[in-house]
Amino acid sequence: MTKTALQFRHNGRDVALFVDGGVNLLVALRELIGDMTPKFGCGQGGCGACSVLIDGELHLSCLTLAETVNGRAVETLDGLKNGPNLHPLQRAFMEQFAAQCGYCTPGMLMAAKALLDRNPSPSRAEVIEAISGNICRCTGYEPIINAVLAAASGGRARA
Amino acid sequence: MPVTVKTFANFGEAASALSSDRSARYLGGGTLVMRALNEGDVSISTVVRATDLALTRIDVASSRVTIGAGVTFARILAERELAFLHAPARSIGGPAVRNMGTVGGNLFAPSPYGDFTVALLALDATVSVQGGLGARDMPIEEFLQSRERQSGALVLAVSCQRPASTDAFRYRKIARIKPKGGSVITLAAHLPSSGGRISGARIALGSMAATQIRARAAERALEGRALDDAAINAAAAVAAEGVSPTDNALGSAWYRREIVGVHLRRLLSGLE
Repeated sequence: MTKTALQFRHNGRDVALFVDGGVNLLVALRELIGDMTPKFGCGQGGCGACSVLIDGELHLSCLTLAETVNGRAVETLDGLKNGPNLHPLQRAFMEQFAAQCGYCTPGMLMAAKALLDRNPSPSRAEVIEAISGNICRCTGYEPIINAVLAAASGGRARA
Repeated sequence: MPVTVKTFANFGEAASALSSDRSARYLGGGTLVMRALNEGDVSISTVVRATDLALTRIDVASSRVTIGAGVTFARILAERELAFLHAPARSIGGPAVRNMGTVGGNLFAPSPYGDFTVALLALDATVSVQGGLGARDMPIEEFLQSRERQSGALVLAVSCQRPASTDAFRYRKIARIKPKGGSVITLAAHLPSSGGRISGARIALGSMAATQIRARAAERALEGRALDDAAINAAAAVAAEGVSPTDNALGSAWYRREIVGVHLRRLLSGLE
C-alpha cells in the first residue's frame, strides 16, 4: 500500500507528512502530528469532540479524509491560545465552569470559535444552534452556552 | 485496513472508476463513507473522489433549480434563491455536518437519516446519474427504489421544480432532541393548487420504510379538494397506508404508525 504525501497548514505552521489511504484527519493530527487536542468520541459524526476548522469552516476531523486537506489550513484547539495567553473563549469557559471532565471542550471551543468568527455578537439561540452538533455528557449545556455568550460580550467590550 | 484512494479532476473518469470496481465507494462529504471506514467496513477497498467543480454548481432558473451532488447543506442555507429548501437543510446534523454533508450523499443515507431526500421526493426531483453506460436522468422515486443497485453509479445533480408559493411546500421533521437529532419521522408535502383546489399533491415520508416513500393514499385524499379540515382529516386518516417502519432507538414501528397521521394533520394545517 503506497502512502500519500500530504501538506497543509496546521495552526499557522506548515506540516508535511505521509498518510495511508483512508486515514482520517483526526488520526493524522493526533498520531502523526502529535496534536492531541481534537478528541476521538464516536467516529460517526454524532458527538463533535473531533471538531476542527478547515479554512475557517467547522468540520468533523474523524469524517474528513486526511488527504482532502492538502494545501488547506487546519485549526485545532492547540492553535487557540497565544503563548501563555488564553483565547477569550478559553478564559470564559474557565470562569463560567464550562468544562467538567473536559472531553467535549476542544470541540465545543472550535464550534464556538466558528460561530464568533462570523457572528461576534450571537443570540442565545444562535449559540445553541452553533454547538448543536457537540455532545456534552457531564458539564451540562447551560454553563457552556453562558461561557460563549460571555466571551462574545467580552469581545464587544474590548472593541 | 488501508484503502486505495483515487482522486479525479473529471467526474466522468470518477464515474468510470466507480462502475468498474464493485468494492469502490464514492466519497462526497464523508459523513457516510468515512463513518463506514471508521467502523471497519471491509466491503470498501477503494474510495473514489472527484474534485470537478461541475458537481458543486447550483443553477437557479425561474421554475426549476438544479443542485450539484457535491453541494453542501451549508451552501444551500447560504443561497437565498433556495429558501424553500432551507427548512430541510437546517434540520440536518449540526453545523459541522451541514458543512460536510452533500445533497448527493443524502440520497444514499439510510433511515433514520436522509431528511433532505424526503423534501426532494415531495418535490418530484429528477436525479442525474452517470453510470458505466452513460448519463441518464431518472425520477427520484425510481432512484430510491433501486438505491441498492445505484452504488456503482455517480450521482451528478438533482433538479426539482420551485414551489409556486411558500405555502405550497411544507416540511416537518420530528426529532427527540432539539435542535439536532435523528428523525422519528420526517414529512414533506408539495401542494400545488389551481382555483383553490389541490392538484398534483405529493406527500413524502422519511423513517417510515427502508427508503423515503410517498404517502399515496393521503395524496389521493387531497386531490381535487380545498385544503380544509375535512380534506386534512381524510388525508391524516390514511397516512399510515403502505408504510413499513422499523423499530430503532428513536421510536418503535408501532409508535411511528400511530403518529404519522397526527403529524401529517399538523403539517397540512400549518401548525408548528
